[in-house]
Amino acid sequence: MKFAALRSTVGYQAGLLGVVALVASAALALANHYTAAAIAAAEAADLQASLSQVLPVGFSDNDLLRDTLTLIDAEGAPLTVYRARKGEGVEGVIYQVTGNGYAGPIAIVMGVDRDGRILGVRITKHTETPGLGDKIDSAKSGWALAFSGKSLDPSAPQRWAVKKDGGDFDQFTGATITPRAVVKAVKQGLEFFAAHRSELIDGAKSASNGTPG
Amino acid sequence: MTDTYSGILRNGLWKQNVVLVQMLAMCPTMALTSSATNGLGMGLATTAVLAVSNMLVASIRNWVSPDVRIPVFVVLIATLVTLVDMSLNAWLHDLYKVLGLFIALIVVNCAILGRAEAYASKAPVLDSFVDGLAMGLGFTLALTLVGSVREALGSGTLFSNASVLLGSRFVFLELKVIPDYKGFLLMVLPPGGFLVLGFLLAGKRTWESLRTRRRETVKPESQVGSPVGTA
Repeated sequence: MKFAALRSTVGYQAGLLGVVALVASAALALANHYTAAAIAAAEAADLQASLSQVLPVGFSDNDLLRDTLTLIDAEGAPLTVYRARKGEGVEGVIYQVTGNGYAGPIAIVMGVDRDGRILGVRITKHTETPGLGDKIDSAKSGWALAFSGKSLDPSAPQRWAVKKDGGDFDQFTGATITPRAVVKAVKQGLEFFAAHRSELIDGAKSASNGTPG
Repeated sequence: MTDTYSGILRNGLWKQNVVLVQMLAMCPTMALTSSATNGLGMGLATTAVLAVSNMLVASIRNWVSPDVRIPVFVVLIATLVTLVDMSLNAWLHDLYKVLGLFIALIVVNCAILGRAEAYASKAPVLDSFVDGLAMGLGFTLALTLVGSVREALGSGTLFSNASVLLGSRFVFLELKVIPDYKGFLLMVLPPGGFLVLGFLLAGKRTWESLRTRRRETVKPESQVGSPVGTA
């Protein structure tokens, strides 16, 4: 009964909460210490896999993750660009753009070759409606493949739109907002490339902060 | 507590089923049952956490003052879930890519705190572990059931992508229930969750009331020994 009385004192309760918090934090800190390296390695492998998806097989021979460049995009946010090299020269660049989808942001990885032609577009993360907007996902349909080989043609800017708006790209029955958002984001990605082409491709040799070729 | 293990199991799986009877954990039940595989994955992840959290809560129950038990349990459960999240991400990364979203959501599952409060804080360690296991399996059962119905009606398949969750040996689970199905979007979207759960509950209630009525009509018959007239 003595312990029951002790249990109801404020001092015991405060001490108990303190001890519980301390033990919990210690366990988390320990777990973080032991898992951080493995988590970072797994996430790097994921990133590498999603980057190499937008490049044709055998396109580059360097470690994409170690050959990066950070530029400021049109909205003033930093954007990390991964460069694909074969030998010394930069053959293409890969970066992520974000579209404003129907149900939230759509994360898009796009690869562009040195002439500004699209190598590939993949949707890596989205929350679009299943069965309607999610056809942008390459696991669901081949829609995103239509971007490959396209480039920005200054004489016909209206072609970078869905067919409903007079452009080249298919929309989906019942879902126009999603493909429209992706097309717009990819177009902005190409404009980013056009604006920074010299830094991305030509200035690459001196600006490289990764391991040399 | 003098519960038998079979009694605890029966309670968890059916009589006190978290979803179908206690009506707890409605958030994951609605959000993660767009396919049978999702329901199964969430259910299994929750079962693991529930069993361990029940065990931990039961083992410290005598030291925890009743006045501060809720914050202690919350910290305990949150820590446990974060530990599971980190270790899966680090060492079972492929599984984590499938379950990752579910794991973080386990923290907000009120069934976990509910069992800590209603059972584990008053029962011995082993009983609490079995209770966590049983409640978790009951939860898994309900989620898989809702998921199966939604997936079959919504996309015409059953357990699609089960091999990603369970390994390639379980590829046989992936069925196509209705060939050339055009899909019924409503079932995949959130309203489908409400509809399916509602009909399942209604079905369960009807079945149970039919059973009790039959028992009531059978009893007087055997006692009195005369046939009962029209019911």
